[in-house]
Amino acid sequence: MSTRLPQGGRLIDRKSALEFNWNGTRLMGYAGDTLASALLANNQTLIGRSFKYHRPRGILASGPEEPNALVGLGQGASFEPNQRTTTTELFTDLSATSQNAWPSVHFDIMGFNRILSRVFPAGFYYKTFLFPRFAWKHLFEPVIRRAAGLGAAPKTPDADRYEYFYATVDMLIIGGGIAGLAAALRAGRAGARVLLLEQTAHWGGRAPVDGAEINGAAAQDWINTTLAELDGMPNVTLKNRTMGAGVYDHGWATGYERLTDHAPKAAGPRHRLWRIRAKRIISATGAVERPLSFAGNDIPGVMLASAVRDYLINYATSCGDRLVLATNNDDGYRTALAQHAAGLTVAAVIDARASAAGDLPQQVRALGIPVHTGRAIAAAKGNKYLKAVTICAQAGEGAVLETIPCDVLAMSGGWSPIVHLWSHCGGKLHWDATQAMFRPDPMRPPLGADGTGFVHVAGSANGHLDAASVLKDGFDIGTLATKEAGFKAGPALKDMATSTPEHPIEPIWQMPQGMGPKKQMKTFLDYQNDVKVSDVRLAAREGYESVEHTKRYTTLGMATDQGKLSNINGLAILADSLNAEIPDVGTTTFRPPYHPISMGSIAGDARGELFKPVRQSPIHNWIADNGGFFEPVADWRRPYCYQRTDESVSEAVTREILNTRKNIGLLDASTLGKIIVKGPDAGRFMDMMYTNMMSTLKVGKCRYGLMCTENGFLSDDGVVARLDSDTFLCHTTSGGSDRIHAWMEEWLQTEWWDWQVYTANVTEQYAQIAVVGPKARHLLEKLGGMDVSGENLPFMGFLDGEIGGIKARAFRISFSGELSYEIAVPASDGQAFWDMCIEAGAEFGLQPYGTECLHVMRAEKGFIMIGDETDGTVIPQDLGLSWAISKKKEDFLGKRAQLRPHMQDPDRWRLVGLRPVNDGEIIPDGAYAVDGTIRENGVKNMIGRVTSTYYSPTLGHGIAMGLVQNGPERMGEQIDFPTLDGKMIRATICDPVFYDPEGALQNV
Amino acid sequence: MSSVTVLQGAGFDGAIEIRDAGLLGMITLRGDLASPTLNAAVKTATGTAPPEMGQIVHADAQSCAWMSPDELMIFAPYAQADEITAQITGDLADHHALAVNVSDARAVFDLSGNAIRDVLSKGTPVDLSPDALGLNVVRRTRLGQVAVAFWFTSETTARLVCFRSVGAYMLTWLSTAADPAAQVDYH
Repeated sequence: MSTRLPQGGRLIDRKSALEFNWNGTRLMGYAGDTLASALLANNQTLIGRSFKYHRPRGILASGPEEPNALVGLGQGASFEPNQRTTTTELFTDLSATSQNAWPSVHFDIMGFNRILSRVFPAGFYYKTFLFPRFAWKHLFEPVIRRAAGLGAAPKTPDADRYEYFYATVDMLIIGGGIAGLAAALRAGRAGARVLLLEQTAHWGGRAPVDGAEINGAAAQDWINTTLAELDGMPNVTLKNRTMGAGVYDHGWATGYERLTDHAPKAAGPRHRLWRIRAKRIISATGAVERPLSFAGNDIPGVMLASAVRDYLINYATSCGDRLVLATNNDDGYRTALAQHAAGLTVAAVIDARASAAGDLPQQVRALGIPVHTGRAIAAAKGNKYLKAVTICAQAGEGAVLETIPCDVLAMSGGWSPIVHLWSHCGGKLHWDATQAMFRPDPMRPPLGADGTGFVHVAGSANGHLDAASVLKDGFDIGTLATKEAGFKAGPALKDMATSTPEHPIEPIWQMPQGMGPKKQMKTFLDYQNDVKVSDVRLAAREGYESVEHTKRYTTLGMATDQGKLSNINGLAILADSLNAEIPDVGTTTFRPPYHPISMGSIAGDARGELFKPVRQSPIHNWIADNGGFFEPVADWRRPYCYQRTDESVSEAVTREILNTRKNIGLLDASTLGKIIVKGPDAGRFMDMMYTNMMSTLKVGKCRYGLMCTENGFLSDDGVVARLDSDTFLCHTTSGGSDRIHAWMEEWLQTEWWDWQVYTANVTEQYAQIAVVGPKARHLLEKLGGMDVSGENLPFMGFLDGEIGGIKARAFRISFSGELSYEIAVPASDGQAFWDMCIEAGAEFGLQPYGTECLHVMRAEKGFIMIGDETDGTVIPQDLGLSWAISKKKEDFLGKRAQLRPHMQDPDRWRLVGLRPVNDGEIIPDGAYAVDGTIRENGVKNMIGRVTSTYYSPTLGHGIAMGLVQNGPERMGEQIDFPTLDGKMIRATICDPVFYDPEGALQNV
Repeated sequence: MSSVTVLQGAGFDGAIEIRDAGLLGMITLRGDLASPTLNAAVKTATGTAPPEMGQIVHADAQSCAWMSPDELMIFAPYAQADEITAQITGDLADHHALAVNVSDARAVFDLSGNAIRDVLSKGTPVDLSPDALGLNVVRRTRLGQVAVAFWFTSETTARLVCFRSVGAYMLTWLSTAADPAAQVDYH
């Protein structure tokens, strides 16, 4: 029975009672409680069911190392699975539910898995691969998948918001215990910019719980004084509820700040991910107590000794009336003293060591508590609740000497420094056999950009377990890091800590030492993954020698706690099984984050509207307000069509095409890339970038050009205008503006750095509006200001001037086959010009049109589209564009590649038009042409594919373009395109220019 | 006048004040920054010599910012941008240089308040402490997910420039970061 004690509790506020929900029941706790302490105070010791065997599990620990007591927290859009009761601060109306239990945690149907534990040995999952296929599909996948697992995934979008914060500091100190505070004091007084993170709401770590004294007074006094001083320093930032999550290359680290988890109704972001660049990082992250490995060590009521004492002292919560302590070290005795001091019973201390003569054991004996040395727990007894322990000799195989009734068993297997942050970026460990722990090896730190170590470890994390050494180490490491960060450390600090001296630990990896197979199957190493001593020993027998392989095979140390409690015990068993030394087996890799962080904090503000920047043209808002049916085009949004209320999308497209070919269409082409290329060597440069001869382009004229990669493949296309003798304006595709500008700069900066050429990307300087259709000239003449007659502004020319009072450059270019002008105006005047066109164009039947209309009209004209006719494997020659490849130029990007035999192969698939034999049919996009033969591998032989396909309202039938083997030589032949629904569409190979092949319409 | 900025006057008041800086003349000048001719042309255009690396200098209504080892950005009244571009182009007719009016290609924000450094720190990895980024240092970086340049004109005022097409994104991003309930009190 666990319960709240009438007095005490250093972290709770008894004046502030809070109600919360646990599996539908209203319970009461206090402000300052964790969910774990509040549950224990309400005698809730059974929290959930285990991962694989659905064994009843309770609270084991009191911090982030907790493997069992994970719950589903919150509801609906605020629901989160796998939340630790031990790190969840209690708040009013908190709602939590048990996991992996159905219908309830007390009566769980899947508990039958426990009985089947014999058939779920190590590597069970992998072994199922060896069974017949039917067993995998019909037995293992449906049955095991359903039974195994932890929390359920949330079903609704997260209601909260998250953000990042970047900080650059001289020193990042992670851990607000006395070591971290000492280091911060040292660095802060020296003037360094310090960021000190503490994962809990409270400063000081374990020192106040474990009764340490500093300068002859309670540690809490020194903690308070130090905090006050640090708080007053402008160069020091203290952040509690902020966990140091990961350490990365070059002094980069992440911190996970939980802003409103304890107050979910508060405004603002829920979590803030600190992204920190530090000259030096000090990891003062403390140590974690190890469980002992004995049969039944997972029964609710079996707890870490330090956790039992945390609950007593911090939260005035008794974990049980009658306690048995099992230990292999002196520190565990502090729990017996705390239990006794709270007026509760300590039935016995079971110390596996041959003798226990230290001060702490003597204090316990002096209280009349029986201390049994050389003894072990033979087994913990009970099912959902601990009822008793049986005692045996540590040296034997477990013959029971005595049974001791108890409701809580506190165990201490010694302490492991939390070395994660040291190791994330490559800090190495050495095995300290005296203290039975891996500790950071200061000679092999993670190295920064300058080749020196950038992480230090201080306090318990550095292997110092007594308060005096912890505080001294905090000062020493603080001093060292302060100097390394470039500051003078100042006078040494003389604060001294004292704590009761301890005798050495004796490493105990299983209890009793000679436990047999039956006990091994009930002795849990990894609680979260249900991995037992028997599993690790089996893995070793099956040949798993590497600790990394054993981890994957047995799942030891996986999942949400990543083996914080199980790793050392597990690898000690592995080492024993392999007859190897522990340091030779080594640890698995420590990877960030130290403890799970929310997915929301990783995404930061990048969700909803801010998920990804959308580029908007100067006409964007008008388009949105006038029926624009947007589609993404690179990072832009462009209107696919302008849909009216009484028509479908395809009806809108048809209307826009017919109107543009009959009257005037207005296209927002602002997204086209526009790059200025200027300099004495600009012509030479243009001749290299484009396949055409661009240097001969006359001032005032435009030329369509192609750009290839150095591998010869078509990369971009567009119209080039020559502005003056050494200035060109290059238009690129909408998706190509940044890429082509970067491509130009790369060649100029890395290969042709001595060429006199400057480029500028002026894409966004202009709104570019295409006025297209037989009546286009009427509109521009009505707007006035520029002579746009065929004589003054012929096809493929451009003019600078004013139209309708707005500064404009008019290009006579056409992507539709109609009379067409593209008018570039300053982006700030784009909307005004657009409005003017809409208004003045009404009498000519002007309608705006979208990208699909543009696509169909260009396909009717046989114009290629980058990304449709090209896919990175197509060369201009494939597309019938040899006319745009200069034969006179010595070189251009892609020329050499296009001379290679494969590029010159006459059997390459080349561009043709395709007209379905039945006028009602449209070939599906991407369809392949077949010739009726079958390849050696059994698939139909393919001889071509469709690259663009539409219904042409202008022509009244389907049209397509495609790449076909020997296509241009097969004009008039019919080929077949199988469709996904098993039919066949027959099409005639034809010229890709379906509409106005003479080009008469655009040249008027 | 029909010319409009992308923000069309939109702004936000939160942890800081965010304002549309309005139409502003901007001229990109690429060339040899060590050339006396170029320096003279800039002086004629702006009334000041080009700034040192990473700086912006101001003279009356004009400013000149260092953008890269061969690029400056000249700020001037919107209506004068074409004229200044032409003047510089004329002055540098015999030199290899490129002056181009980009006034309409950008969105410009004026930020004010005590928390500018904190708000910007939510989206840029730049060290924004006053020691590392003093007044009139032009910092080209990214904010949220887009390219920006910004500089502090006083401890409580700053100007920020991004591309016009992402002006709406930038305003939303800045307004979100300036949520009064999300203040960090770091800088």
